[in-house]
Amino acid sequence: MTDTPHRSRRNVTSIPAFLLITPLFIVLAMGVPLSYLVLRAAEADPALLRDLIWRRRTLDLFVNTVLLTGGVLTVTTLIGVPLAWIVTRTDLKGMRWITLASVMPLAIPGYVMAHALLSLGGRNGIAALAGLQVSRPTGLVGAIAALSLYSFPYMFLNVRSAFRSLDPGVEESARSLGYTPAQVYLKVVIPMLLPGLLAGWVIIALYTLGDFGAVALMRYEVFSFAIYTQYAGAFDRTYASVLALILLAMTAGPVILEARLLRSVRYSRLGSGVGRKHRLVHVRGLGRLASWAFIVLVLSASIGMPVFSLLWWILQRPPWGELGRIFELFLNSTAAAVPAAVLAVLLALPLAYARVRYPSRTTMIAERTAYIGYAVPPLALALAFVFFSLRGVPFLYQRLPLLVFAYAMNFLALAIGPIRSTMMLAPRKLDETARSLGYSPQAAFLYAVLPLLRSGVFASFTLVFVMAMKELPLAFLLAPTGFTTLSVAVFSRTSEAQLVDAAPYAAAIVLFSSFFVGLMLKYEGRH
Amino acid sequence: MTMYIRKLLRTTLAAAVLLLSATSLFAAGRSEQTAQRSITLYSGRGESLVAPLIEQFEAASGILVNVRYGGTAELAVLLQEEGDRSPADLYWGQDAGALGAVASAGLLQALPDELFALLPPLYQSERGEWIATSGRARVLAYAPDLVEGFTFPDSIFDLVDRQYRGRVGWAPTNGSFQSFVTAMRVRYGDGRTQEWVEGMIANDAQIYRNNTAIVEALGAGEIAMGITNNYYLLRFLADDPSFPVRQRFFADGDIGNLVNVASIGILRTAEKRDGAVEFIRFLLDTAAQEYFTEMVYEYPVIDSVVPAGVLESFDRVIEVAPEIDLDDLEDLEGTLNLLRRAGAL
Repeated sequence: MTDTPHRSRRNVTSIPAFLLITPLFIVLAMGVPLSYLVLRAAEADPALLRDLIWRRRTLDLFVNTVLLTGGVLTVTTLIGVPLAWIVTRTDLKGMRWITLASVMPLAIPGYVMAHALLSLGGRNGIAALAGLQVSRPTGLVGAIAALSLYSFPYMFLNVRSAFRSLDPGVEESARSLGYTPAQVYLKVVIPMLLPGLLAGWVIIALYTLGDFGAVALMRYEVFSFAIYTQYAGAFDRTYASVLALILLAMTAGPVILEARLLRSVRYSRLGSGVGRKHRLVHVRGLGRLASWAFIVLVLSASIGMPVFSLLWWILQRPPWGELGRIFELFLNSTAAAVPAAVLAVLLALPLAYARVRYPSRTTMIAERTAYIGYAVPPLALALAFVFFSLRGVPFLYQRLPLLVFAYAMNFLALAIGPIRSTMMLAPRKLDETARSLGYSPQAAFLYAVLPLLRSGVFASFTLVFVMAMKELPLAFLLAPTGFTTLSVAVFSRTSEAQLVDAAPYAAAIVLFSSFFVGLMLKYEGRH
Repeated sequence: MTMYIRKLLRTTLAAAVLLLSATSLFAAGRSEQTAQRSITLYSGRGESLVAPLIEQFEAASGILVNVRYGGTAELAVLLQEEGDRSPADLYWGQDAGALGAVASAGLLQALPDELFALLPPLYQSERGEWIATSGRARVLAYAPDLVEGFTFPDSIFDLVDRQYRGRVGWAPTNGSFQSFVTAMRVRYGDGRTQEWVEGMIANDAQIYRNNTAIVEALGAGEIAMGITNNYYLLRFLADDPSFPVRQRFFADGDIGNLVNVASIGILRTAEKRDGAVEFIRFLLDTAAQEYFTEMVYEYPVIDSVVPAGVLESFDRVIEVAPEIDLDDLEDLEGTLNLLRRAGAL
C-alpha cells in the first residue's frame, strides 16, 4: 500500500543540480527579512528592552495569542474537513458552485468580516431589527469567529486537494481486507489526509499569529497588537523588530512540528498511470438534509453575511460615478497580484519537489525557510525590502517588480502546501520510470510529475493571488508612487471614517477575487 | 500527455513574457510622468479626501503630484527607513505626533516663515519644521438615551468616577489620544496623568482600536460615552442623520478639549522644494480650507474661513481649548512609557 520511509531513504539518489538552485535562492531571499530584523533589534537598549518585555502584559498577550490560535484551528477544522468531504465524495448536486463559494471567504478583507459580525449585535444591529437583544460579538469569541470565517478555506482547499488525489484503490483494498467503512476512514483515509491537514493548520496558525486587523476590531489583545503598537504608536522600528523576532520564534513551533510529523509520512500510488475517479457516496434522506444544512450555515455566515453588509453600505450611496476608478484600481491590483502568484507557484514547485523526492536535511530546511516570509509581520517584511533595495538595487525601489517579488516572498508558504500535498500522493514510480527511460531530471519532472499536480498548482495560485489582492502594508511601502491598489483605496477611506465610500472598493476586491477563483476552479475541473 | 505538457509550457512561457513586458512598460510609463515638473507626496490622509484637492492644485499650478497613500504611522516609519534616500518631497500626516517623530529623526527641513504668518496663534509652531493644515478638537461623544441619569463630567478627570464604570470608550493606541495624554502631562505632570490613566483602567474603560470604532460602539449601545476627535461623528451623521450619537465639550479650558492638528512637512532631502512650498501654500489657502471644513468637518487653520455649520464656532473652540503649545506635544516617547507603566499599552 505504501512503502516505508526506511526503504524510500535507501532509494534516494543524489539531488539534481537544477533542484538546488531554487532552495538556495529561497534561503538567500528569506535572509533579507531575517537579517533586517536582527540588524534593527541589535540597536535595542537592553534595559529598555527588559522593561518592555518582562511585564505581566506580555504574558497576558501570549496566553491570549495561544487561546486564539487554538480556537481558530479547531473551528476551521470543524468547518473545512466536512465541507471538503462533501464536495469531493458525495453525489450531491451543484458541488462545483459550493466549492467556488467555499473558497470565496478568502477574498473577504479581515475588517469587512469583523464589521459584518459586529453589525449583527448591538441596538442598531441586524438582530435588533428582528427584535432580538444581543450584544456585539467581541473579545475571544468574536475574534475566533471572524478569523475562522475567512481562513477556513485554507483548510478546505488543502484537504480537498488531498481528497481528490487519494487513490481510490487504497480504500478499496482496505475494504476488501475486511475494514468497515468507518474503519476505512479512521485507519486509512484520515491518516492519508494528514499532509493536507498539517499544511492547512500551519498556514492558519501563522495567519492567526500575524493577523492584526480583525483582532483589533474585535478588541482582543494578542501579540501582534504589541508589535503594531510599537510601529504605529511609537513610530519605532527597534523594539518592534525585537517583538517580531519573538513572534517568529513562536511560529517556529508549528512549522518545525509539521516537518517532524510529515517526515514519518509518505504515501503514494504505486500503480501505473493516473488515478481513477472516486466512487461517490450516495447521500439520502437525513444525511442529505444535514449536509445541505451544514453548507448553508457555513456559507451564509462566511459569504452571505459580509456580502450582505457590503451591499447594505453600497446601497446607501451607489458609486456610479466611481466605476471607472474602481476598474483602474482593479487593473493595478491585478498587475501586482497575478505575477506574484505565478512567481510564487514557480518557486514552490521545485521546492516541494526537492523536499518530497529528495528528502534530506538541506531540502527540508530550504522548504521550511519559505515560511519565514509568511511569519514575519508584513510591515517588518516591507521595511526589510525598503532597507535592502535602497542599498542594493535602488533602481528597483518602489517599482512594480519589487512589489511583485515581495508579495511572492510573503505568500510563498501558501503556495507550497497544496503543491506538496498533491506531490506526496503522486506515484514515485512515474518519475523514476521516466529517468530510467533516459529522461533528464528536469524532463522527468516536467513530463511525469507536473501533470499530476494540476489541482495543487491551481490551488496555490489562487491562494497567493487572493491574499495579494487584499494585502496592505507591502502595498503602502513598496508599490510605485501613484500606483493605488484596491486594498489601499479601502484603507484610505476607512481611516477617514468614510465607511460608505470604502464599501464599493471592498466589494470590488471580493467580486474580482471570486471571479478569478471561479476561473481557476473551472480550469482545474477540466480533465 | 506530451502534447498537454508542451501546450502548458508554451502557455506558461507566453504568459510570463507577456506579464514581464507589461510590467516593465507600466513602470516605464510611470517614470515618464516624473520627468515633468512634479512633486512626490506621502499622504497619511485618505485618498477620497486628498484626491480632489490634488486635482485642483495640478490644474492651478501645472505641477504634477505623485501621491503615495498609506497609514500615517506606516509612512512615518517608512520615511525613517528611507532616510537620506527618500524619494518623497512632502509628508502629510493625521496628527502632530507623527510629524514630530519624523522631525525628531532629523528628516524635515525648516519651512518659510511666510507660511506660519498665515496662521492664528493657536496653530503656531516654534520649531517650524511642520505646519498645521486643519484642526480637530477632542470631544466627549455620547449616546443621548444611555446617559439619562448621568451627570456629564465637567472635566476629563471626572471620567474615573464610579458612575461611569464600564461605560466609557477610549483608544489608547490612537495617535490623537496619545497627543492628548502628552498635553495632560505637560499641564499636570506625569504623576497626576498616570493616576488618571490607571483610574480609567480601574474604572473598566473599554478599549477600542481607533476613533471610528468608538463612534460605532456608541451607535450600537455598547458604551454610553467615548473620548474621540470631533469630526468622526459628523461624518457618520452626514451619512445617516438619525445615527443616535451626539457630542459635547468638557468645561471651558479643560484638557479634554485639546485642539490637535493634521499637519504637513517638507523632507530635508526634497529635490522639489519650491513645488512643495507651493503645495503647502495651496493647502493653507481659502479654497482648500473651505474644503476641509465643509466636506470633512475639520476646523480651518486660517481666520478668514468660517467653520462648517455643523461645527462649533471657532471662537467657541478657542474659548474651550486648553492653552497648550503644539511643540510641546512632541514627547511621544514619554507618553508611551507612561501608558506602558500604567498598563494601557
